[in-house]
Amino acid sequence: MGKLQYALFTGCTAKESTPEQMMSTMAVADKLGIELVELTEASCCGASHLQDYDDFLSLVLNARNIAYAEARGMTMVTICNTCQLNTAMTKHRLDNNEELKNKVNVKLKEVGLEYKGTSEIKHFLYAINDDFGLDKLKEKVVKPLSQFNIAPFYGCHNIRPSELQNESNGGENPYMPTSLDDLIIACGGTNVDYEEKNKCCGFHAELQAPKTAAALAGNATIGAIDANADWMVTPCPLCHLKLDTQQDHNLHAVGREGSMPILHMQQMIGLALGCTPTELGLEKHVANVDFI
Amino acid sequence: MSIKTKTIKFNVFRFNAETDYLPYYQNMEFEVTHEDVVLDILNKIKWDVDGSFSYRRSCRHGICGACAIKVNGRSTLACKERMFDMIDLFGEEITLDPLSKKRAVKDLIIDKKDFWDKHEAVKPYLISHIEEHPNMECAVSPSETEELLEADYCIQCGACHYACPVVEVNEDFFGPAAFVKAFRFEADVRDDAHHDRLEELSKQGQGVWDCVKCFECAEVCPKELNPIGKITGLHNMIFDEGIKNNPVAERHAVGFAHSIKKHGILDEGELVRYSEGNIGVMKHVPVALKMFKKGKIVLPWNMPKSDNLDEIKTLVKSSSKSKY
Ligand code: SF4
Ligand code: SF4
Ligand code: FES
Repeated sequence: MGKLQYALFTGCTAKESTPEQMMSTMAVADKLGIELVELTEASCCGASHLQDYDDFLSLVLNARNIAYAEARGMTMVTICNTCQLNTAMTKHRLDNNEELKNKVNVKLKEVGLEYKGTSEIKHFLYAINDDFGLDKLKEKVVKPLSQFNIAPFYGCHNIRPSELQNESNGGENPYMPTSLDDLIIACGGTNVDYEEKNKCCGFHAELQAPKTAAALAGNATIGAIDANADWMVTPCPLCHLKLDTQQDHNLHAVGREGSMPILHMQQMIGLALGCTPTELGLEKHVANVDFI
Repeated sequence: MSIKTKTIKFNVFRFNAETDYLPYYQNMEFEVTHEDVVLDILNKIKWDVDGSFSYRRSCRHGICGACAIKVNGRSTLACKERMFDMIDLFGEEITLDPLSKKRAVKDLIIDKKDFWDKHEAVKPYLISHIEEHPNMECAVSPSETEELLEADYCIQCGACHYACPVVEVNEDFFGPAAFVKAFRFEADVRDDAHHDRLEELSKQGQGVWDCVKCFECAEVCPKELNPIGKITGLHNMIFDEGIKNNPVAERHAVGFAHSIKKHGILDEGELVRYSEGNIGVMKHVPVALKMFKKGKIVLPWNMPKSDNLDEIKTLVKSSSKSKY
């Protein structure tokens, strides 16, 4: 197998509120010999909110981002569930509607670009599981996470709607997802089963409906705590923001106390591959991570 | 064609609100054929195991919406869902639950009052001031009918409503089914209650802005109506009508366009400030300070920008519905 190469769509949080996610992504890619070419031209995907205001603009901007991956002749890799959803949804809509695609391309032409539909779009989780392969990952593990019970938190936008994820993310079953569990096992950890692992963290209504958002995030954290998890791991920086930076508030909303380290998927892999906590930005968390 | 069979373990939710203090699961095991739908299993339980076992069904053709239950936690229509598909999804141990355990009345039958109250609250009917002696017909064109985006096919089964996590934690939230119904009339060119209905649909707590965008409703709808797509449609209409009931939510959506135009990527801090306003933003200061200490906040003068930002500016100008 030649070297894996992808066009990396970082999304906005990796550049701002979750810098540790960017650091750990690059550290893991480096260890695994995966080449990530950053799409420095990419704009925000609209985070599933822009389309509420202006659906067409959101399509045009996402199509532009994809066009840059196409121009490089690469599969696009995302590191945020919501970037994944919005980008893959745009691709799905444009690839299945010639008229809409033409309308979008009229706009892109103004800036000398074209959306063709030639690049696949997948989350980094699936690039590692399906393209790189978990058997190969296991061979590279130098510090197996064998002393840890790890609760996977999948995040909605990587698993639903399954119709879309079947095209991009390797056909995950949204009711019994396995990719993150498999990844935990490959890193030597013990995967924890709990009811909330495929549920919503509430992030997208954090400003609009703060009580709802806190209750959902609180329930998820309690689910992991009660299942004796040592930490939770997620492929989504938005879930991470909600579960990590607002943890006290979330737990308070469901009448509980506690503390739960929340790790990015890339940080978990990085630890198993022997990266240092500093390389993985673990000191940038708000909730405690003093298990390290 | 030969009949394929599998032996399956069932855990069946049993409860009688009149006599039982707590619900329990009855375990049983029997053969399932590749022709069985979930409703066939419910019938088998009633006819062969326990005649008092209770569930709703009527049409057996996915039309009446009565038979929705949960199979291994997934909302579904019992008369439409094939057992073998459920076995593919969940394996050979199948749990049958009511749509909502806390609303169970008898076994799989629930009290759907909250669902119907919300259904009624969105005025799910055409409100039209038709002249007593019209001198021309009130024609609706095929393209105008297409605007309903199949919302008319909703059978009020409640599968989406009881799969929605917001319905679980906020009893005021209308829920995806009510939004689908509302959209059906909002998108109808003959409807005159357009603005008033949107006023209700945009109120904080009950309206569309409280949706967390989890896509559970899209995943379960047996009619494949994509309820969250209708919710997006309602969001768009709220902007088009210029309704301002939930300034934080509305500015939050618009804020993305502003930020993208300025930086290409999102200015997270500015988005929160713009959405909440200068006073509202104060409540986020404690968390923001914690984040700042950890290097999680980029200050305005350090905001990174996308390469080729001029392209993005051009596109925001030319493709946006509001003119900058
Ligand atoms: S997408 Fe919105 S309406 Fe649909 S289930 Fe999730 S929260 Fe409820
Ligand atoms: S939208 Fe679909 S799932 Fe929801 S009530 Fe209507 S038919 Fe049932
Ligand atoms: S019995 Fe009518 S929809 Fe299933």
